This record gives sequence, C-alpha cells and structure tokens, in this order.
Amino acid sequence: MLTIKNLQAKIGDKEILKGINLKVKAGEVHAIMGPNGSGKSTLASVLSGREEYEVTGGEVDFEGKNLLELEPEERAREGIFMAFQYPVEIPGVSTINFMKTALNQIRDHRGQPPLDAVSFLQLMKEKMKLVQIDQSLLNRSLNEGFSGGEKKRNEIFQMAMLEPKLSILDETDSGLDIDALRIVANGVNALRSKNNATIVVTHYQRLLDYIVPDFVHVLYKGRIVKSGGKELALELEAKGYDWIKTEAALAE
Amino acid sequence: MSKDNQVLEEITSKEYEHGWTVNLETDEAPKGLNEDIVRFISAKKGEPEWLLEWRLKAFRAWLRMTEPTWPNVHYPAINYQDIIYYSAPKQKKTANSLDEVDPELLKTFEKLGISLTEQKRLTGVAVDAVLDSVSVATTFKEKLAEMGIIFCSFSEAVKEHPELVKKYLGSVVPMNDNYFAALNSAVFSDGSFCYIPKGVRCPMELSTYFRINAANTGQFERTLIVADEGSYVSYLEGCTAPMRDENQLHAAVVELYALKDAEIKYSTVQNWYPGDKEGKGGIYNFVTKRGLCAGDHSKISWTQVETGSAITWKYPSCILKGDYSSGEFYSVAVTNNYQQADTGTKMVHIGKHTRSRIVSKGISAGKSQNSYRGQVHVLKRAAHARNFSQCDSLLMGDQCGAHTFPYIDIENPTAKVEHEATTSKIGEDQIFYCLQRGIDEEAAVALIVNGYAKEVLNQLPMEFAVEAQKLLALTLEGSVG
Ligand SMILES: Nc1ncnc2c1ncn2[C@@H]1O[C@H](COP(=O)(O)OP(=O)(O)OP(=O)(O)O)[C@@H](O)[C@H]1O
Ligand SMILES: [Mg+2]
Repeated sequence: MLTIKNLQAKIGDKEILKGINLKVKAGEVHAIMGPNGSGKSTLASVLSGREEYEVTGGEVDFEGKNLLELEPEERAREGIFMAFQYPVEIPGVSTINFMKTALNQIRDHRGQPPLDAVSFLQLMKEKMKLVQIDQSLLNRSLNEGFSGGEKKRNEIFQMAMLEPKLSILDETDSGLDIDALRIVANGVNALRSKNNATIVVTHYQRLLDYIVPDFVHVLYKGRIVKSGGKELALELEAKGYDWIKTEAALAE
Repeated sequence: MSKDNQVLEEITSKEYEHGWTVNLETDEAPKGLNEDIVRFISAKKGEPEWLLEWRLKAFRAWLRMTEPTWPNVHYPAINYQDIIYYSAPKQKKTANSLDEVDPELLKTFEKLGISLTEQKRLTGVAVDAVLDSVSVATTFKEKLAEMGIIFCSFSEAVKEHPELVKKYLGSVVPMNDNYFAALNSAVFSDGSFCYIPKGVRCPMELSTYFRINAANTGQFERTLIVADEGSYVSYLEGCTAPMRDENQLHAAVVELYALKDAEIKYSTVQNWYPGDKEGKGGIYNFVTKRGLCAGDHSKISWTQVETGSAITWKYPSCILKGDYSSGEFYSVAVTNNYQQADTGTKMVHIGKHTRSRIVSKGISAGKSQNSYRGQVHVLKRAAHARNFSQCDSLLMGDQCGAHTFPYIDIENPTAKVEHEATTSKIGEDQIFYCLQRGIDEEAAVALIVNGYAKEVLNQLPMEFAVEAQKLLALTLEGSVG
C-alpha cells in the first residue's frame, strides 16, 4: 500500500528526515516510536502533504501513485488520514458540518453523489457508537474548548467517518485517560480490515497492548534505526532509548 | 446543512456576478445639482408643496455642510456636479399590475434571482424592486393590505398616505443630520415605505431589492418603516450594481420608528459592485441608518452582511428612548482587494433599563482596510442601562488592515457596559486541517469564514442566510494561498 524510499525532508535550513525507508502493506499495523524531536510528526506531516516541509529526496508510492505529487486534499481523498497530535480549533464550525463537507468532497472525488441527510445521520450514529462520543460534542464548534481527551476521541471519530485506507495516528494516546485509551483503541481495532493499514506514532507501550502492531520501528535523528516485532516496544519500555542511541552512534 | 454544501459547491465563478447591465430607455435629469434639479425631481414625482419645501430646506442645509473626513477611508474628491440625480426607466407611469411593467425590467430582476411575476415569487417574502431611482414593482401588496399593512414604494406612500409620511419622515434622521443625509433628503428619488398597524405581526418577510443600472447616476433612496404599538416586522434589503470603471455614489437613508412594544428586525445583504482587483470603479456607499425605539419595551435589531462597495460608510444605530427598549447590531463586513469599510453602530441609551448588544465581525483580505467604529452612549436619565459589545477582526494575509474605534460615553453610574475585542488570522493550521480531511482550499476558507461569522448569519431570515454565506465565500475568493 505504502512504500517509502530514502525519504528526506527539511524545514527551513534544518534537515529533519534523513532517509526514511518503510513498507506498509494492507492489513498491517506499524508503530513508530522514538525520542522527542526525532521526526515522527514530521514524517506524518510530509506524508499528508504539509507545505512547510520541503521534500529534498526520496520517493513515496501510495497504491501505485506518486504520493509526493498529490495536493494534500487529493491525498486525503485517496484515503490518507492523519489524526493530529495537536488538533486545531475551528470556531463556529461543528464537527458534524465539518464531516459533512469533508465526506461529500471525498465522495465527489470518487464520482459518488453527496450523501443525503438521512444516510449521513445513520452513518454518524453508527460511528458515534464506535468511539462512544456524545452528539453534543459533535454539535459544538470543532475542538473549541474540548478537553485533550475529547480532541483525540474526535479525531478517531473523524477517521471512522471517512474510512481511510491508511491512517496515521500521531500520539493519539497522549492525554487520554485509561478508559478513553481503551475506547479509542477499540475504535481503531474495529476499523481494522485487510484492506486498510495504520501507522501509530506513540511514546508508550501501553497503547500497543490494545492496538497490537505487526511491526515496531524506532525513529531517531530522522532515520529508522531499528525495526522489530511488538516485543521491541516492550524492550524500549524497559530500557529506554540510550542503547538505541549508542547503537546508532556506532553505526555512523 | 445540505444548504451549506450547496453553498460551497456553488462557489465557482471568480468575478462579481451581477456586473451586467441592461439596455433600458431611461428618463434622466441633466447632470449636476442645484435648486432647479431638486424642483425637477419633486415635479417628476408629482409631490405636494410641503415635500418640495422639505427637500429645498435640506438642499440649503447641505450647501452649508462639508463632507465628513473623520472616517478611516480615502478617496478622490467627489464632484457633485458630475452626477445625474434622477434616472428612471421609461415606462408608462406607475404600473398597476405586473402586466403593465416593461418585460425588460422584469428580466432585469429575474437575472438577479428576484422574480416579480406571480407564479415564481419567493413564497413568504414580499418584494419592492427599485431600479435606479424608482420602484418598479411591489409584490403581495393586496394580501398585506388585508391586514392593514402598508408596503409600497416611497412615491406611492407620498400620494396615498401623506399624513403618515409627513408625520414620520425625518423624525429619526432629520433632514440636516449629516452631509449625506442632507443630500439624500434633497434629492431622494424613491425607496420603500412600510407601516405595520397596532398589534399586527407581519406574516412574511418584507424586502426591497435595489439595483443601480444607469451610468453616471447616483442612487438616493429612502426607506421609512413605522411599527405601531405591539406590532412586528422583519425587513430585508438587498442590492447589486453593474461593473463600471467609474465610481458611483449611493447615499441612502433608512429610518425605523418603533412604538410601544413594537419590534423591527432589519437585515441587509449589501453587495454593490466593489470595484475590480486593482481598485478601479465600485460604489461609494454612504448610508445613514437609524432606528428610534420611541415606545417602552420596543425593540430594533439591525443585521448586516456587507460584502460589496468600494467604500462603505455606514453606522446603523438605535436611539433607545422608551424605557426597557432594546437595540441590537449584528454585522459582518468583508473587504477584499482595495475595498475600504468604516462601519459600526451607535447605541444611545435614553430610557431606563434600556439594553443594547453589538456583535461585529470584520474580515479583511487583500489590500483592504476594515474599520469598526461604534459608540455606546448612556445618558444621565438612563438608569440601569446595559450594553454588551463584541468586536472581532479576522485578517487574511498581511497587506490588509483591521481597526477598531470603540467610543464609550457613560453619564449614569448604574450602567453596565462590557466590551470584548479579538483579532485573529486564518491560520495555515486551520486550512491544513481541512485539506487533510479532503476539503479543498476554497471550501476550507468558506467554512472557516462562515463559522467565524455564524453568530451574525444566524440572525438573518432563513431565506437569505444561504445567499449571505455564498457571498462571503465569493468575496474572499482567491485571497489565500
Ligand atoms: N516548523 C518547524 N520549524 C523548525 N523546526 C521544526 C519545525 N517543525 C519541526 N521542527 C523540528 O524538527 C524536529 C522533529 O520534530 P517532530 O515534531 O517531527 O518530532 P517528533 O518526533 O514528533 O517529536 P515529539 O515526540 O516531541 O512529538 C524537532 O527538532 C523540531 O524542533
Ligand atoms: Mg510529534
């Protein structure tokens, strides 16, 4: 589904991604871990097409398309979804209205007619149940005055609504209490299928107890310096990042 | 909600969409302004002597006045002798039924989406259509008359209801109130008149559509709405003009008069031609709008969506004279390219326990300048007056300006006045968030801007909220990225 080859990106004069290689197949869950500032959010931003980041080298193939050539909204319509680490507020625009606009633009891209009010409502009710989110929250201005946990849960609700092929969850677990973590994870798991894939960026092994990854990668200084199975996350939890840093230094 | 999307989908055309003209034969006054022109206009309209005298008095007052320079707008001096003060589409007298109206005229309004013909009328909305200087048709007149409601052109009101016109004309905006009001009082050509009798709730939206068509003409219309005791009316005004390279002057006066327990809701969707991207052409919109809450417990509410005009100078105000009366002002003013707007309100608290509420949302883009100017004045005898003001500015890009000039004048210590103001920018982050969900940039801007202006848009009658949303988005087309 997604093949990243030697991806390099910078912001301003600062090189952040220094050659990322990653292959994600349909049905898989990949976890990306790594110390603060290592480039995890940058990778997510580059994949979703944020303009500030300049891609200086490498290739990204998504479902046979050159992803780097697509506009951000085209990437989204092709099925890339990012749950933001810091979701923004849009005053006066309800989540419902926002989703309706997004969904219909995506449908239009696929040559489908806009969803009628009844079907939209039905879809919404179904997805609300999945992430146990209250309608009153969805009627409010998007993310405005939401608690940290509510924002994250709202991101997953949006993901459920848009049914993307590839979801990138950037620290969706941070700010969630234990119950919310379980609910969000259950939501993500319920949406898993052999046709879609998920990249989970996280600092904590705890999330991976619920969303069990097929692969765990460690990103450090703009490179994936180690990959492994889900046990790697446990090892990191126990030992921290120092040994990874040492290994990486030795390799250089 | 489906409406929202419909709106977003319809944003495709890039230019001012009402920029066409039609070839109508017109009956015009010669260029320039003097007492003879004032007499000419009055004679054309077959006015009684008292009205001519009133006009002449206004004209003489105007001669002694000077154009205000305090607004935060800049434009070359207007040559008042280079303007045509009266232009009317040539048609046989006043039309008694639509069959008598020139079909070209009907087409003009059809093009604006305003159908005056019986079958296609907006249900629930009565329309008075004013082209250049004269009212061409008023719909639903008979139906309203059954309830005692008078809704007709100003000229007709002068003929049919002289006692009402004489009593209320100039009672809220005196003929020598300010430079542009005096000019209007001297040369006003037509407009709408509306009277709601005691205890009557007007069952439909009343609306006037103003259209400037002829070149080199000024438009000076006058609207007078009187709501008698315990009555209610909701009124909407819309306007468009052709694209022309020269600037055209529009100096209107609107007077609202609310008696005891009466309520008037006045909404405007202002879409005069704003000029081109380089700032060439466009309407100079110098308008005096004021409402008098004369009776106790009366209420006047102004809602405006200002998207057009090269220059806007406009302060819909409320004089809260009756005890417990209340005034509201909800405004969205959008400026793009080289547009300049200096708009706001004045709330004058005279009666006891009077309340006012101001919600102003400015949006500036391009190289435009957008100023909010508002005054809250609590007079000595206005015990327990309350005001709440919220003035927000939204900036798009870094070449535009947003300014706020709030004036607060309190002469009674029991008054409670609150003022809040914010300035924000449409964030790259907000736009990217939308893009990431598959929403394109234009739709994203429309969504964000309409969200920002929601509190004001919510005040508009349903039938017009969609149009207003569309306009906001259109005005801001191409202003990001
Ligand atoms: N807009 C920017 N301007 C300058 N530097 C930036 C910008 N965005 C990111 N960086 C820098 O790039 C590096 C990688 O940041 P990134 O947000 O990708 O890290 P991260 O791995 O997601 O960290 P965290 O675990 O704290 O979320 C950091 O050093 C950060 O300061
Ligand atoms: Mg991060």
